[in-house]
Amino acid sequence: MTDADGGVAVGGKVDDKSVEIFLGNLLRWGVLLAALVVFVGGVWFLAESYDVPQNYRTFRGEPAELRAVPQIAHQAMTLRPLGLIQFGLLLLIATPVARVLFSVLGFALERDWMYVVLTLLVLALLVYTLTSRAGD
Amino acid sequence: MNTLEFTLVVALGSFVAGMLGSLTGLGGGVVIVPLLTLAFGVDIRYAIGASLVSVIATSSGAAAAYLREGYSNMRVGMFLEIATTVGAVSGAFLAGYLHTSIIAIVFGVVLLYSAYASTHTLADPPAGMSPDRIATMLRLDGSYPTSDGLKSYHVRHVPLGFGLMYVAGVLSGLLGIGSGAVKVLAMDQAMKIPFKVSTTTSNFMIGVTAAASAGIYLRRGYIDPGLAMPVMLGVLAGALVGAKILPGAKVRTLRIVFGVVIAALAIEMIFQGVRGKL
Repeated sequence: MTDADGGVAVGGKVDDKSVEIFLGNLLRWGVLLAALVVFVGGVWFLAESYDVPQNYRTFRGEPAELRAVPQIAHQAMTLRPLGLIQFGLLLLIATPVARVLFSVLGFALERDWMYVVLTLLVLALLVYTLTSRAGD
Repeated sequence: MNTLEFTLVVALGSFVAGMLGSLTGLGGGVVIVPLLTLAFGVDIRYAIGASLVSVIATSSGAAAAYLREGYSNMRVGMFLEIATTVGAVSGAFLAGYLHTSIIAIVFGVVLLYSAYASTHTLADPPAGMSPDRIATMLRLDGSYPTSDGLKSYHVRHVPLGFGLMYVAGVLSGLLGIGSGAVKVLAMDQAMKIPFKVSTTTSNFMIGVTAAASAGIYLRRGYIDPGLAMPVMLGVLAGALVGAKILPGAKVRTLRIVFGVVIAALAIEMIFQGVRGKL
């Protein structure tokens, strides 16, 4: 049974439409928060090292403290400007991940178990990419 | 250039890219990598890392407006995200093994296709098609608002669409772009989803796809905060301004101009890639 919004009619108040509006707001606030953190870190970074010559021609790769989630969080907590920017970028990457997480809950409230499983698959993959050491 | 000058120039370029990307519907990501590599001499790996981050920002920022209009199909999006995220992870791993010249050439070819696709508007599939067995099983069929009320549609050729979405994911992870053109190809052409539904659902999926490869790029050290900062803020601000002025803009002319610019950048990317300069 499908209702007009394309959601599964289960007689409850939760449908695709209300879930979608919630997810849309989540995404917007996530992006704004991330942009704010990146901006603050960016201004700080420029204030400290505005006249340093930069070189992005040669690829060196980022140092270990700007690569993994715990180290980035530590750099941000100790208020290093580059760490703060990287933490903002991490918040940005986490925004779609949070969207997927809430989609799992949305599908569960709709009692659409097939989609709960499919969405969990996507979520597991996203968490894996952010935490695995396979890319090191 | 010192860091301040470089940051400001990159932010300005990203702002223009974001604005044009949002006005033409092509996304700002497609021109960020050519802009950074060709104009600023940035290593393509740093450029892809910064581009991916900006793709997440614009996709997630625009999704809020799209979702409220009720065009996007959450089940189609989530089902296909399995293909795009697995593809994105494959693409991001591949990026670590391919020579940067090869990546530049592939980038140029995909860019050329995007320019070509942007000049062709696709017709909506005919109404009244019979339901598809797999689509029914996966509950992918939906409806969307039109001027004559809600219109329902059937989703077709699910395996083909799923396969094309995997390719879109690989390209996104390899090149740091949203792969909007390939996603629309999969949903419009293969799966026969109405244009408005496929573009909004695709936009919704781009952020999740890019997040999958961004995680790997971050852990590999391809995302440089000093470079990603002006790119992300510039593209995001540009996209927001673009969305504001969109209703009054001459989009058709703009699409053609932007299409030509993209094609020129594509040829330059391929040329520099062949010469081994990128």
